[in-house]
Order: sequence, then C-alpha cells, then structure tokens
Amino acid sequence: MTDTLSTTRQASIERTQRIRSGLRRRHMGEAIFRGLGLAAIVLALGFVALLFVDVVRKGVPAFTQSNLHLVVNFDPELLKVDPAPAPTAFASQAEYNAASLKWQRDVAMLNWNKVVEASLRAAAPAGFDIDSKQILTIAETDARHDIRELFVADPSLLGQTVDVDVLASANAANWIKGNIDRSLGDAQQQLSAPARALIDTFVENGTISNGFAWSIFTNVDSRAAPASAGLLGAFVGTLWMMLIVIVLAVPIGVAAAVYLEEFAPKSRWTDLIEVNINNLAAVPSIVFGLLGAAVFINYMHLPISAPIVGGLVLTLMTLPTIIIATRGALLGVSPALRQAALGMGASRTQMVFHHVLPVTFPSILTATILGIAHALGETAPLLLIGMKAFVASVPLTPIDQATALPVQIYLWQGNENRNFFEPRTAAAILVLLAVMIVLNGVAIYLRSRLEKRA
Amino acid sequence: MDMVAGKVKMTQQSVKSAMNPTDMLERPIRLTARDVTVHYGAKQALYGISIDIPDRAVTSFIGPSGCGKSTFLRCINRMNDTIEGAKVGGTILLDGEDIYDPALDVVELRARIGMVFQKPNPFPKSIYENVAYGPRIHGLARNKTDMDEIVISSLRKAGLFEEVKDRLNEPGTGLSGGQQQRLCIARAIAVGPEVILMDEPCSALDPIATAIIEELIDELRENYTIVIVTHSMQQAARVSQKTAFFHLGNLIEEGVTEDIFTNPVNKQTQDYIMGRIG
Amino acid sequence: MNALIVAGLLLVLLGVAYQSGWSRSRGLVTADGVKIHSRPQYHGSFVAIWAMVPTLVILGLWAWFGGGITRDYTVSLIPTDIMTSLDQVGLNAAIARIGALASGYGVTGDSPAWEQAAGDALRSFQMLTFVGVLVLALVAGGAALVYARSRIDARLRARNAVERVINLALLACSAVAILTTLGIVASLISEAFRFFTFIHPFDFFFGTVWNPNNAGSAGNWGSYGLLPLLSGTLMITAIAMLVAVPVGLMAAIYLSQYAAPRLRAVAKPMIEILAGIPTIVFGFFALVTVGPFLRDMGNLVGLTINATSALTAGIVMGIMIIPFVSSLSDDILNQVPRTLRDGAYGLGATQSETIRNVLLPAALPGIVGAFLLAVSRAIGETMIVVLAAGNAPVLRGSPFESVATITVSIVNQLTGDTDFTGPQSLVGFALGLTLFVITLGLNVVALYIVRRFREQYE
Repeated sequence: MTDTLSTTRQASIERTQRIRSGLRRRHMGEAIFRGLGLAAIVLALGFVALLFVDVVRKGVPAFTQSNLHLVVNFDPELLKVDPAPAPTAFASQAEYNAASLKWQRDVAMLNWNKVVEASLRAAAPAGFDIDSKQILTIAETDARHDIRELFVADPSLLGQTVDVDVLASANAANWIKGNIDRSLGDAQQQLSAPARALIDTFVENGTISNGFAWSIFTNVDSRAAPASAGLLGAFVGTLWMMLIVIVLAVPIGVAAAVYLEEFAPKSRWTDLIEVNINNLAAVPSIVFGLLGAAVFINYMHLPISAPIVGGLVLTLMTLPTIIIATRGALLGVSPALRQAALGMGASRTQMVFHHVLPVTFPSILTATILGIAHALGETAPLLLIGMKAFVASVPLTPIDQATALPVQIYLWQGNENRNFFEPRTAAAILVLLAVMIVLNGVAIYLRSRLEKRA
Repeated sequence: MDMVAGKVKMTQQSVKSAMNPTDMLERPIRLTARDVTVHYGAKQALYGISIDIPDRAVTSFIGPSGCGKSTFLRCINRMNDTIEGAKVGGTILLDGEDIYDPALDVVELRARIGMVFQKPNPFPKSIYENVAYGPRIHGLARNKTDMDEIVISSLRKAGLFEEVKDRLNEPGTGLSGGQQQRLCIARAIAVGPEVILMDEPCSALDPIATAIIEELIDELRENYTIVIVTHSMQQAARVSQKTAFFHLGNLIEEGVTEDIFTNPVNKQTQDYIMGRIG
Repeated sequence: MNALIVAGLLLVLLGVAYQSGWSRSRGLVTADGVKIHSRPQYHGSFVAIWAMVPTLVILGLWAWFGGGITRDYTVSLIPTDIMTSLDQVGLNAAIARIGALASGYGVTGDSPAWEQAAGDALRSFQMLTFVGVLVLALVAGGAALVYARSRIDARLRARNAVERVINLALLACSAVAILTTLGIVASLISEAFRFFTFIHPFDFFFGTVWNPNNAGSAGNWGSYGLLPLLSGTLMITAIAMLVAVPVGLMAAIYLSQYAAPRLRAVAKPMIEILAGIPTIVFGFFALVTVGPFLRDMGNLVGLTINATSALTAGIVMGIMIIPFVSSLSDDILNQVPRTLRDGAYGLGATQSETIRNVLLPAALPGIVGAFLLAVSRAIGETMIVVLAAGNAPVLRGSPFESVATITVSIVNQLTGDTDFTGPQSLVGFALGLTLFVITLGLNVVALYIVRRFREQYE
C-alpha cells in the first residue's frame, strides 16, 4: 500500500504542485463570491437610493402651487343681499344670532361664481373669447368660498374692490407645470382650448404665479377642490394616535417588561408569556386591525374612524416591540449594579426603580421612539377601523372622525386625477418620511447624549 | 484517579525514553523567524522574535498567558491575516522561502502548515467529511478510493480510526472532547502538511485525553515538524525537544528542553519555572 | 367637562391622602424615636392607594352601569301612550332626542311638551346622579383614607404593602400581551364561525372561485373560495423570497465577513433604512414606478406584463424584506463561533470556501428560521399588495398577471363598515383567521429553530 500521506520531500513537492494547479480556479471562485456579495450590497443600497430619488423627484413639484392674483369687485349688482344685521338693532343676543345666521344663509345662496368669473374676466385681455363655464375652470372651485368668507367677515366690502389671492385649479396647475402633454388634442384635454390659452396669458401677465404650497400643511383634505387638498387633518389625526400610543404603550410596555424580567418567577407561565410576546411581535399588522374592528368598534361601540380606536390598535401593535426592547435593555444591566443595590438594603422594587431602570433609560427611549415611528407609518389596520373615510376637518378630540398620514397617502394615490395627485401623494410621502427621519434622528441624538452623560 | 495518574506516568516515561537532546540539535532547521513583530492596532503584541524551528521534532512555546506565544504561533501560518487590524513585521522563512512574500499564496502555505486549535472545532459535518474537507478543497484525491484512503490513514495516524470506524457518517460534533481533538488532528494531517501548529491542544481536555494526545504528538514527530503552544510546563517537558519561553511579548530564552527546565540561563525563565510568575 | 372635574377631584384626593400619610409618618419620628419600618413616602403611598381604590371602584361601576340606568330612566320618562306607538327605531330616536334636549344642544324641528319635560327631568337626573356618585365615591375614598391613616404606626409594613400593589400593577401590564392574543384569537374565531354559518367551511377552504356578491342577500351571497387568494399570496411570497433571500443573505455575508469596518458602519444603517420605510411608501413606489417599468421591460422583450401584477408586488415586497433577511442573517452568522472559521482557514480554505462550506452549514438552522420569519412577514404584508398586485382574485399561474391575496381581500371586504351581519364582511375574519394560523405556525417554528440555534452556540 502506498502511503497517501507520505511526508517525504518528494511527496510534499508533488502535493504542493497539485494544490498550486487548483489555486487559479479557487481564487477565481473567491473573487466571484466576493463580487456577488458586493453586488448584493450595491443592489440593496441602490434600491434605497432609487426609492428616495424617485419619491423626491415626483414629490417636489407638488410643493409649488399656482396662485391666481385677482382683483375682486364686490359688485352690488351681483350681490343682491340685505345689509348685515347690526347687533344693536336687536333686543336680545339670541334674536341677533338668529338674524345673523339668516343673513349668512342668504349670502351663501348668492351666486359667487359670478363674482369669480367677473374677476377672472377683469384680469383677461379685453374681449378674450371664453364662456362662463370655461373661464371658471381656471380657478379652484373653493375660490368662491374664500371670497365669500372675506365678505361675511367684513360686509362693508360691498361695492369695493379688493386684491385676493386664490388657488388656480388642479387642471390649470397641471397645465402650467407641464404635467399634461400640450400636444394632445382637445378631446383628451381636461381644459378647453380658450381656458388653456387664457392660463398661458395669465402666466405671462403675472396674474398667475407660482409659490410654495403652504396649503399642503395648512389645509385639510378636499375632493371638490383638489388643488387646495392638504394634510393638516391627517397630520392632527396621526398626532392624536401617537399621543395615545405614547401614553398607553410606553408605561404598559415598560411595566410588563420590568415584571417579566425582574419579578416574575421563571415558570412555564412566564415562558408562555415570553413565547406569546415574541409571536405577537410577528403577527401581521392587519390582524390587529381585525381585532380593533371586532372588539373596539363592534363590541365596545367606540366611534368608528376615530383616532382613539386607531391609537388603541397601534398601542397593542407597538407593545410587543417595546416590551422586547426593554427586556433586552434590562438584561444588559450588569449584575454588579443589582447586587450593589440589594447589598445596600434596597428592596427588589427599589433596586429596579431606583437603580436598574434609570440605567436602561436611553435604550428604552430609543426603542420607544423607533416603535412609535413604526406605528406612525402603519396603514393596513387603520383601513379596517374606518379611518379611510374622507374627512375634511381637523379632528379636535380623539373621538372625532379622522384619518392619518399614511392613510391619506393611500387615499390620494387612489384619486382619479392622477396627473395632479401623483405628485401630491409623493409630497405626502415626503412629509411622512421627513417625520420619520426626524423621529429616528431624535432617537439617535438622545441615545448618544444620554449615554454620554451616564 | 489512580489509573489516570498511572497512565500519565507511563506516557511520561515512554516519551522520556525516546528523547535525545543531541539528536535534536543535529536536525536541519525547517522554519526560521527573524525580528518578528505584531501590532494589533496601536498595541504591540510581539517584540522582535527570532527563533529557529528544527525539522521533525517538537518545539514548544511556554509562558504565562498573554505572553504572545499564541500570537507568534499564528504568525507561522499567517492566521493573523484573518484578524482585523493585525500587522506583522519581520521575516519568517519556511525552507528558506519568505512566507510573508506577497507572491506567496496563503492558501498553499496553510496547506503546508496545518493547525490544531485550543478548543476542538470539528465542522458540523460527518466524521468522514471533516477529514475529507481539506483534501477535497485542495483537490488532493483523484477519486473516491483515493479519498477513502486518505481519510482512513489520516484517522489511523491520529489514532482515532479504531474508535470511529463504524460511524464515519455520524456528525463529528458527537464525539467526546478528546476524540474531537484527534479528529481535528486527523483533519490537519489529511492535507499532508509539513508543519503542524498546535495551539494549547489539550487545554480543554481531561487528563486521560491529554495523555493520549501527548502520545500521539510523540508519534507524529517522526514525520512532521511540530510546534506546540502550551501553558503546562510539564507538557512541554514531556513532549518537546526544544522549548522557547515567552514573556510580555518577548522571547526570553530558547534551547533544548532539558536545558531550559533544569538549567535556565535567564532569571525570568527560572522564576517562571519555579512558579514565581505566571 | 365632567371628566375634567372627576380627574381634578381624583388628583386632589390623591394629593391629600399622600400628604396625610406622609405627615403622620413624620409625626411618628418626632414622637417616640422608635425605629420605623417604612419611610414616610411609603406611608403616604399606602394611604393614597387605600383612598384611591374604593373611589375608583365606585366610579368604574358607574361608568359601566350608569349608561343603562340613565337609559332606563329616560324610557320611564316617555308617556305610556306615546311609548306604545314607538317601535325600536322610534324609541332609540326618542331617547336620543331627549338626551339632546337634556344636554342643552337642542334638537331640530319642534318638540312636543312631553319631550321638553322629559329633557328637563333627564337633565336634573343626570346632574343629581353625577353629583351623587361623585360624592359617594369621595366619601368612600375619604373613609378609606381615615382608616388607612389610623393604621399607620412604626411597625406597619407599608413598604411591603405598596410594593405588593406595584407588583400587581406590573403583572396586570404584562397580562395585556396575553389578553391581546386572547382577543385576537377570540374575535377571529367567533366571527369566523359566524361566517361559516353562511358559507360551508369546505366551500371556503377548497373553493376555487372568489366572487363575493357584496350587495347579495340570503341565498345569493356569492362565492368565497380561498384558493385563488392563497395562490396569489403564495406566488407573491415566492417572488419576494427569490429577491430578498439571495440579496439579503449575500449582503449579510459581505457585511459581516468581507466589508471593511468603515463600509460596514455606513452600509448597515443605510440598508436598515429600508426596514423603517412605511409599506405604503413601497406600495406607491411599486404602483407608479416599478410596475410601469416592468411593463415596459416586458414589451421590450415581447412579454405582456401587467403594470400591477404578482411580479411587481413580489419584487417590491422582496426589496422591503431585504433588510429583515440581512440583519437576521448577520446576527446568526456572527453567532457561529470564530473557532470554526479558524479551523477552515487553518486547513488552507479560501474565505469563500470557509463561508460556503463551514459558516453557512453551521448557520443553516438559524438562517432557515430567519427565512421562515421573512416568509411569514411577506404573507401578512398588506399595503404593497393592495396597491400593486392588481386585485384580480382568479386562480392562475402566471406571475405577469394581476392577482389578489388574503390581505387584499380582507381590506376589500372590511371597508370600515362594521355591520357584521353578512358573509361579505364576516369573510374578512375567516381570512384573518387563516392568515393568523399560517403566520403563527411559521413564527412558532421559526422562533423555536432560532432559539435552539442560539442555545447550541452559547
């Protein structure tokens, strides 16, 4: 039998030759493998970059709005209404209120479109040929409300002319921004030919100018007047829900973690709770929505579409995250600290609340903020508890109808006016991402600061 | 317990009898290290180590923990390359060839200089596959028969074959600690190395397993150049022909094992051997 | 307003109780110089807890039963002759009108004299009960306060008592997690069972047609076959895994084994940013960018690919899951002991050979666990699919066509309308139950594997 493991000089040299002959191939394999790894990183980072560039590219134009500078004449010929009642003319406040309400109703019944049309015509070149219906498509439909409100606030405007800025309509904005192919025929255009021509004239003579779209931040959602649709309502709705999550999820989550990590006897029962929490963290969010619909709304009769229900659902969803993170933080506290506290005669409760928890504060805080950031972007469960209803007001309490930022994104992306709402949806996404980035940034900043101090 | 002591004693005797200092000195030099330094980042771990390692003999590195003996061992097959921030200076020659030469392939080098680690670390594969792994990646077996032969003779040489011949397809992690370590030795042998480095190979083993491994090392000396790092002076005395004493990253003294233990020149060596430092 | 009053009074009671316990405890110190078991703070808390418990119990009872009592009283205010003419809907309307009159907001239209009278009576009843309950609660709280205060002496183990209460409160908090699970299970099962009273489970689980008749009534509910949805779900999940696993795993390998520390410090958080992006954003990205891109690419090579298709949703979902796979794999690769890697290097294996032949097999159980967790996440993902999969619940095999998934159908069937009376909305719970069981099974197995894996190398 020849010794395959012979260590003679000759055998060693032969073996080395053998190894050497395979090296090229093996190093090639190494390079390929390494290249694949690098490619995976580049791909993953590329996706991040692509997504951000895409959303920014689509969303940034939506932060510009087209303003119409009109000179509005509150023409008594068009506004045939009695003078506003004066408070002094009535015996009691109630009578005045009734008269005032009646007057406001009368004002609302007036044809304010005529006033808008007159102002638009005044801005147009003399003798521009365009009919009433066509010319009104240039201004956003809520322009007449803006003008009416000016009048209600100050009835003495009757017969005067005032400079007013209103929004150009969504279609007009599309035309101005070039979101619409200008070469398309009349049949495919949203706006009539004279209206398009007049818009171009307005842009030239300065009647229409572009400015930063503050309306995105200051307005609530609107269907009738898409150009003035804003995020304020959704933002406040989200704020309410986050408030509820913070108030409920953080104390309950931390308390639960403290109990499980510091007090609970290690038994089958606590094992079960632990497995349960880990699994709960991996339950699809939509299932929490089903829970909310069945328990909070159907069983407890909490109001539908309200931030209180959304907040409760998101609380239950966020709890496991906070519990797991807090437990991790507690586990990281050195036994020496615990022993020192106990050795000083502190009770277990004192040891936990006076010594252990303060040390873990930075990690708990960070985990909490990240959990909240996650809850902030959650959409699916909110759809099931009715938060996708169209709400055109700011929710003043947590039981008012509301929607949330991510749901608003969902609603806007479904709007038929694609040309106008696609950028606006992207803009809403930018706002949402900005909020999340701020939250994450705060988490990182706080952690580094608190850790430095500790 | 008596049995264990007896076994150790017996081994000791059998090894002792095979030892012949003058024989060792006549052996050719296989490895030459000159001014080897190692930095881990800003921290220097080795200060200019120079030593010659004789062919087909056992050389042991001793010294208190943290003295740099393992670090130096890992320089010899360039394992320090895998540690981030480690920088090696000086030269180490294997048969006159600089192993830190950029043109030299570290894969080939490690095939020539095998290594056995402190903790037995069989791969999560079968016993057979553990041993076959090295020959397979290096393409040393032409066919299955070749491979079987390599595996079996490696296991034989490691003194493990009789114990595992019926369960070659069972996982290597199922063996006892001492068996696992012999499996790791078989794994190293299978590649057909010229030098075998052993980094405290018995520190995780019980006395019986230790005795078996020591016996094995003594047998392997016939065919391989062996360098062993050990924290046990008795082990160094039992298995090695040459001993080097390291302290705080310096090579304090080296020489024939018998001389080092009976007649150390350096005061620090003497203190260590007497148990005053360590 | 009422809530504010109650909260304010509770705070006052809390403060008074704490203060009285605390001051009495301080009095002990000066009086006899005996060694006191607990510090004054604990005596204060002890008294405060004693005072709060009966108060809160009474207020809680009223919150629970008060509505019913008020309603009964309101009903009793309606004259009998009118009462007989009212059906259930009319009665509810009358109660609402009386309530509105009592609250002072007024009602639309004219209201008859009896309504006005009932409104006035209800108002004084509400006032009376509110004040009565509040006084009762405060008296009970005060009595408890006095009792607890009288118990304070040097030997009272107030700290232990307070700590027991804290302990109980903590236990209650950790029970919330269990209650959530129970709530999920109970609501899914009960509503799903109601669904199965309309549609036979066999027709649901093995039906091949999904066509709910949303305007239907008894006998004409439509078809509720799960299979088209399940196939869509699995197809999208498979595509997502095909994207996420190779990219995520290779990225984790590169970052943990090859990348220089500086690259790792930058790339790792960057990839994790992907994990923080809300899924609705991915959905939008899929809908407006990836979908049209894939369609155009398909046209280029002569393939008909729907802009909203299983492919679009699957790819984008895969992108979303990349960081999930990579960070889990990264963790697991890092747990494989260094000695194993050293063993392979020591034999002369190249780095990729070490990774492929030693590291990955050793990490395999953990990676399988991570894979299962990722699958579970993909199956439960909603928004990407709602926006980008096209909602076509038809059983077919092509990934280039629109599909629908379990989650999409839940959203479609439960549009926030909680009138859970027909199978149209109840099916949402049957689907939810299916989803829950699938993901729970995957999670339990995955978490078990990962846990075993961790223990193996600990």
